[in-house]
Amino acid sequence: MIKTFTGRIVVCGQTSAKAVVSRQGFNTLASFQKSLLAKKTDAVCSDQNNPDLFNKPMAGKALCLPRSIGSTTGGLVFLTASAMGAAPACLLFSEPIDSLAAAGAILSDVWTHNSMPTIDSLGQDFLDYVRDGMEVSVALDGTVSVSD
Amino acid sequence: MNLTDEEKDILAGGQGEVMAKIMKTLVMYGDTFNAERFVEVTGAGGHLVTSFGISIMTAMFDVMDEIIDAGIKTKTPFTVDPRPIDNKNVPSSLIQMIVSKVMYGKQKNYEAQLKKLGLKDDNAFTCTCYMDEVGNTPKRGDILSWAESSAVVYANSVLGARCNRNSAFIDIFGGIVGKVPNFGLLLDEERRASWVIEIRTTHTPEAQVLGSAIGLKVMERVPYIRGLSGFIGTELTDDAKAYLKDMGAASASNGAVGLFHVHDLTPEAKDLKETLIRENAQVYVIDDAEMERVRNSYPVMWKDPDAAPKLCFIGCPHLSVNQLISWTERLEKALAAAGRKKICVKTVFTAAPDVLTAFAQTPFYERLRATGARLSYICPLMYMNNPKSKNLPVITNSNKLRTYTNSRYYTDNEICLLISRGGQRYD
Repeated sequence: MIKTFTGRIVVCGQTSAKAVVSRQGFNTLASFQKSLLAKKTDAVCSDQNNPDLFNKPMAGKALCLPRSIGSTTGGLVFLTASAMGAAPACLLFSEPIDSLAAAGAILSDVWTHNSMPTIDSLGQDFLDYVRDGMEVSVALDGTVSVSD
Repeated sequence: MNLTDEEKDILAGGQGEVMAKIMKTLVMYGDTFNAERFVEVTGAGGHLVTSFGISIMTAMFDVMDEIIDAGIKTKTPFTVDPRPIDNKNVPSSLIQMIVSKVMYGKQKNYEAQLKKLGLKDDNAFTCTCYMDEVGNTPKRGDILSWAESSAVVYANSVLGARCNRNSAFIDIFGGIVGKVPNFGLLLDEERRASWVIEIRTTHTPEAQVLGSAIGLKVMERVPYIRGLSGFIGTELTDDAKAYLKDMGAASASNGAVGLFHVHDLTPEAKDLKETLIRENAQVYVIDDAEMERVRNSYPVMWKDPDAAPKLCFIGCPHLSVNQLISWTERLEKALAAAGRKKICVKTVFTAAPDVLTAFAQTPFYERLRATGARLSYICPLMYMNNPKSKNLPVITNSNKLRTYTNSRYYTDNEICLLISRGGQRYD
């Protein structure tokens, strides 16, 4: 079954990837810092406070989340992950995007060759529906399709 | 965004390709948040979050080089977060020092980049740039292009300045253009509270746990805190400011709080009172049981949870002179009660270089050092990021440090007992 959701385009792009889902605020620095410091491009989540994602790889995945939280290095962390090839395939927010994640998505788009399509305001229905491992597609018009 | 002719010209490349990319980034950022226009940055200077020359951050160095090669600088001098290494004052094994040297191998080069871009001076490395001794202190109403979550929440809440929770590079770009998109916490309406926090504890809540509880509950929303000024007063004394600094840092790192109001204490709450609270604001009651629940929710990340602590960090965010004096007195009392002259766990108090210089002029400096405590300008978080540090049983009173590292949180009183009574674990 395929279900589609409509959000707002923050960074335009087209991609398909398996979902990894955080039901709580995503702490960008805490999540990426160990793998980035160890130069591991699978980007296994190191945020001890996030039971949804802890120890799961995030690189190349459709990262589904309500919003990001934590340190203001967040944007730089996404930029670094993008430049290293360790970034998620796309960022999909159920809520309006926060300033740190927005900066990360925009910095990656303007200053690297590895853009992360980013859609926000997909709604709580999206986050309630999507599960780890589901196939997620992002279209150029910002439509997000989720198939189980 | 509606751009002026000058802004349109920059975006079109009139001031070069790199300035156009900087402007494009800021315009996309503003458009994302429905900013209608740019506003001028005011205040003494910018503040950047990225102080560390971690070798793998090649993307950061490349962007910095691009900017510097184009001859671009910030409009005013800026401060930046603390340095990541201080081998002289922070206990480190040989292997830790070697790993640090490799890990932060680009530190010298990065500091040279910062100087070319407009760094204030060699002492400008601290997360508490707003301390009087450092001098990057905004006035009420100033528009800032800062990052560093703990500094942003302090500037907004305690000083009444206006700044969004900007990311690294957005901070620099706003400082270069001298303008930031006008949205979020720059606007009166967005500074109103959508949460009311009712403090109903029987004693002064531990600042670091209270901030954590608030951050975890409200995330990025603005809280209006009732019942706290009864404990910490209705004037922004040194003690009250230190409390709010630590509470704010915990709320910003455990959640994403960029602004809080404390009834009858913080500037906007004093002036506007409960008109700051939005209709239908949610209410979060924090009593002793809730404080205990939040505290008990912190996972212990030590390999051996029963290990005796080997190192203690106090000062994330960096301490004020007043806090250093207060800690001196506390430690002396704790040691006297324990019948000891020296602390039993290596303990590092961290503060801004300019604050350390000022503290050294007071008699408390020698008294604190006489306890065996050390003083440093380091960023404890950067120290703990060293893979050879992460498995050490490190204790701290910082909820921010706990959140980002394997260090273990204890309250100020528990820390005092731990470091004065033989390093035995306090539970």
